Amino acid sequence: MIHPIPSGTRDVLPDEMRELRAITEAIRGVFESRGYGEIATPALEYEAVLTRGDSRAADPAYKLFDEHGAVLVLRSDMTIPIARVVATRYAAAQPPLRFCYFAHAYRSVRPQRGQAREMLQAGLELVGAPGPDGTAEALSVLCAGLDAAGLENYRVGLGDASLYPRLLDRLAVPEGARPQILHELVTRDFVGLEREVEALGHEELLRVPQLRGGVEVLEGIPEAGDLRGVYDLLEPSVAERVIFDLGLIRDLGYYTGAIFEVYDAALGAPMGGGGRYDDLLGRFGRELPACGWALNVERLHIARVGEGR
Amino acid sequence: MSLEGLRMAVPRGALMGETLDLLDRLGVDTAEVRANDRKLLFEDAGLITMRPSDVPTYVEAGAADLGITGKDVLAEQSERDVYELLDLGLGPCRMVFATVEGDDPAAEALRRLGVMRVATKYPRSAARYFERTGRQAEIVEVKGSVELAPLTGLVEGIVDLTATGTTLRENGLVIREEIAASTARLIANPVAHKLKAAAIDRLVERIRAA
Repeated sequence: MIHPIPSGTRDVLPDEMRELRAITEAIRGVFESRGYGEIATPALEYEAVLTRGDSRAADPAYKLFDEHGAVLVLRSDMTIPIARVVATRYAAAQPPLRFCYFAHAYRSVRPQRGQAREMLQAGLELVGAPGPDGTAEALSVLCAGLDAAGLENYRVGLGDASLYPRLLDRLAVPEGARPQILHELVTRDFVGLEREVEALGHEELLRVPQLRGGVEVLEGIPEAGDLRGVYDLLEPSVAERVIFDLGLIRDLGYYTGAIFEVYDAALGAPMGGGGRYDDLLGRFGRELPACGWALNVERLHIARVGEGR
Repeated sequence: MSLEGLRMAVPRGALMGETLDLLDRLGVDTAEVRANDRKLLFEDAGLITMRPSDVPTYVEAGAADLGITGKDVLAEQSERDVYELLDLGLGPCRMVFATVEGDDPAAEALRRLGVMRVATKYPRSAARYFERTGRQAEIVEVKGSVELAPLTGLVEGIVDLTATGTTLRENGLVIREEIAASTARLIANPVAHKLKAAAIDRLVERIRAA
């Protein structure tokens, strides 16, 4: 008999569950020791609430109607639900606020690509701690979590969502030329980017987003000052994991400053990521700077097995 | 020096000769690849060989750090998460819309039936092109010789890749529209692009100089 489940979803059986649990428990221990309180929110939310201010940021893939005809959505990440919680349940609480979670998020998938429709995320949100200190703390907890999860060869790519737009401003690139330039950058097409910026004559537009490496790549880039500020606050054990990437782009729309992605040589795709979203909470009525990250627990597991552990 | 431990996916078929010539100029020993038609994995040289349309699959998954394939393949698989680093200028060709000679049967079908049937190996690129140009087309995906389809009445037109146009001419087909130009591109896995940044950047510079 065949009783299928939706593509991109799966059952977890005891052998795998034991290994996933070992990873999440290790990370939970780090969260607790660093003062992050675990919270849960409903998987279903009102669409009108979740998409507040910026429907692209929430990007819900699954919508349904409740018994009153209201539109419900399955959350696509935990950042926006936690922003809602902070604005409503912690409306008067003294920042900074530290939250962590282990929760499923739901995304759309392209057919036949092995993408997950439902993914288990482990993550944190640090609310009310501005950069660079808040960013450095989030990165420190991230590395402690990955260490605890038993990964040895991970690296953290560190970039800045505001870097390229500020570079366009400094070079006074005409507004009309920007959407196509950003499109080439977002689609990771440096051939297209070279074609688009050639006429403008600013070699920096092509060179800067291809800079990856140690802290030396920040030299001489005025827009990289914030990243330098974060780097100066990192403990050596965290700093040595960082690869600066001035072309780093995250696909969620709400990032405003530093952004990061987590890599392991044993995996061809990032295991997770995050960044600063200093405008998001204001949309829910409480103006607070914030940053956070999420790790895909199943990918962490694959990387751990790939590392031979 | 060769590929500095990077693994590269190399396309078999029309692009293979020029690709191996380029690798020779970079000091990669391609003699074994040239001498061996059946072997697919060449660990010492850091090369794996495959159909051009499989290159993005291997590179996206990280089974190869780098790959060389046509822009036509990348356009068809535009959702692949890979970096496009360099236009290598190899294997220049054009994606074209072609029909049989004489009166254009596709235009006739479009006028009288409201829709034309088009055979192609590139269903997504073809569908995008006809949407963009405001014509209704029923796309028929074929895997083998596309030229056969309009000669047998399966379709009114084809969208296919051509370098010289010889095969089209020999089958009594004429190019009605040029859709896009294509050359080979160097692509990279997004994780390798960070973790092996220095080696990849050095290789790109050497290719630019070669």
